[in-house]
Amino acid sequence: MEGQDGMAEHIGDEAAAMMSDGVDRLLREQVDTALLSEAEGGNWSAALWAKLERAGVPQCLLPEAAGGAAVEPALALRLVRLAGYHALPLPLGETVLACALWHQAGGEPLPGPWSLGGDLLELRAAPEGMRVTGVARRVPWGGAVAQVLVCARDEAGHARLLALSPQRASARAGENLAGEPRVDLEFQGVVLDASRVRPAPAACADGLLPYGALLRAQQMAGGMERALLYAVQYATQRTQFGRPIGQFQAVQHMLAEAAGHCAAATAAADLASAAWGGADFVFLVAVAKSRAGEAAGRVAESCHQVHGAMGFTQEHPLHFTTRRLWSWRDEFGHEPYWQERIGRLVCAAGGERLWPLLVGG
Amino acid sequence: MALFRFDSPRFPPQAQAAREQARAFLADELEGGRFAPHRSSWSTFDAAFSRRAGAAGLIGITWPRRYGGQERSGLERYAITQELLAAGAPCFAHWVADRQSGPQILRQGSEQARTEILSRICRGECYFGIGMSEAGSGSDLAAVLTRAVREGDGWLINGSKIWTSNAHNVHYLIALARTGAAGEDRHGGLTQFIIDMASPGVTVRPILNLAGGHEFNEVHFQDYYVPDHLRLGEPGQGWAMVTDELAFERSGPDRFLSDYRLLVELVNRVGTEPDAREAVEIGRLVAHLQSLLGMSASIAALLEKGLSPNIEAALVKDVGTAFEKDIPEVARRLVACEPGLDAQSDVFAQTLGNVVLHAPAYTLRGGTREILRGIIARGLGLR
Repeated sequence: MEGQDGMAEHIGDEAAAMMSDGVDRLLREQVDTALLSEAEGGNWSAALWAKLERAGVPQCLLPEAAGGAAVEPALALRLVRLAGYHALPLPLGETVLACALWHQAGGEPLPGPWSLGGDLLELRAAPEGMRVTGVARRVPWGGAVAQVLVCARDEAGHARLLALSPQRASARAGENLAGEPRVDLEFQGVVLDASRVRPAPAACADGLLPYGALLRAQQMAGGMERALLYAVQYATQRTQFGRPIGQFQAVQHMLAEAAGHCAAATAAADLASAAWGGADFVFLVAVAKSRAGEAAGRVAESCHQVHGAMGFTQEHPLHFTTRRLWSWRDEFGHEPYWQERIGRLVCAAGGERLWPLLVGG
Repeated sequence: MALFRFDSPRFPPQAQAAREQARAFLADELEGGRFAPHRSSWSTFDAAFSRRAGAAGLIGITWPRRYGGQERSGLERYAITQELLAAGAPCFAHWVADRQSGPQILRQGSEQARTEILSRICRGECYFGIGMSEAGSGSDLAAVLTRAVREGDGWLINGSKIWTSNAHNVHYLIALARTGAAGEDRHGGLTQFIIDMASPGVTVRPILNLAGGHEFNEVHFQDYYVPDHLRLGEPGQGWAMVTDELAFERSGPDRFLSDYRLLVELVNRVGTEPDAREAVEIGRLVAHLQSLLGMSASIAALLEKGLSPNIEAALVKDVGTAFEKDIPEVARRLVACEPGLDAQSDVFAQTLGNVVLHAPAYTLRGGTREILRGIIARGLGLR
């Protein structure tokens, strides 16, 4: 990332660790069962968002001159993983990435929170300005955010980034299995101010789907870790046949296998984060999203099995995490979508080109 | 947060140079037709290949110059290892010595042992086997019965080892023997010795594997005398040393690249325009492999820092060997083909045939899947 778009000056390792610890502590204190339940009723957690803003988290990827904290993309995405771990019911990752991409595209600062849509819209010149048409489907918190970042193509086929106000769209409310808002926003020839249209940086030329996928991969990595910790804790406390169930080999091996899936998914998500802005970014996002998606299903299944009937109730908080895992794995492209993209790329290049693709050179 | 430690390492530019060095050597080998990738893997023993690899400066590269090494970093070695594996090169002759025996001698061996042995390993002329398992001591390593007792300036060893790969071809084994009481945790009283296979008192009996290959052996010691300078570490410290050694043995890319060539042949067989199902299945395998490369690189970086990431190593091996076993199953789902090693079989069928016959070993060697899951469970705090 060095040398690109004024983001060369990153904070040091110590400051990064402090920021990460601070966010962890804040979310640990704030995101409890009560807050999660209220959020599912459609309540925007304004007080918590304000706290995150005061801590500079939503803008953390922006350079300091633009009011950000100039963190490295890898750190910003670790914060996204933390949000996933704590099941934060707010579009933190979406805001972190969208406002940074908007800045990178040369956009003027706009108030948050932000969301982003994976669909490509259509941009047409009209006498009164540029008009945008199309549906941005399943936009996270699409009814509550101030801006939605989408990618559109103009008549010439050039990719443009648009900062859209959801108020200009006709909205159809929806939510995922975890009760997180997912809103279809339909724009029917909405006229845009020139300040809301920017040439898309090369890294966004194929749309924003990979960015959304990277967010979900990191969130799933965090969510899986949380589910595993719940399961380990439960297995050491729940006693049957005179001993904690975690002492049974069948239970141990189920959780060990789940830990392997979690570790592989986390490594994949980190590879994709580290490739931010690089030539292999989309390939590594495809790896991360498909690996994490596959892992999420397996980890959720095992963790529920360990929790028995208790985990199947609303009385235990496991469901806040597992319902997110079941949702996130299908958002911004499910496993087969990304696997097929990888497979086509690999096959087109041929077997002997696979190795350099994996390790470089 | 942070159950396990898998940081993304930053590789130094020297690692890329080492990669290029290995690629140049392998390209030359392939051009000269000196090994056949579809018929070999890292667990193919080929002393001539290892001598050429040694001459090309690819063995023992991290060790001190005074012992024949090049004092290069572990991450450079890691890159070279990966390249050898991906090429399907027949590395088994030098593999164990380079991976674990040499480093163990460097850390725990006498000065005489270092001087006599290490530079020969680097030249690709000296090979090692692992003498841990016994008939009654496979997964339960603490049950070792082979005994070593003091005898003059050295030790007398009596007992038997089994599943000793290449014992008939190597110059030395590192054998684990009981030298004292086991103690309450059963981990006490064990010591490792360097066994010179040319000395009297050791005999080797072959055990053919199901593919007809001779890799395994049974090794018998009868009043075998080993001089004290071939002892590794302090008497009774063997358990801790074996545990450290296993972190090297388990975490490397050899635990998920054993049948990488089958993946390459699968991609070639499917061709440049796969249908959706073929693309999805191949894409899934590639995603798994890339993830494993990420995990294993982070372990390489931890080892380089001098840490012993035993639990992370167990995770990589468990996930990695499951992946290795998945490749032939996906390959045969996508390609209708009868695997075979006969003259009628093409390269794909032969590669598949070889993998099918060797795959059972993937989740056994270097610690069974079940032992690894026990280690991971301990890391999770379940035991």
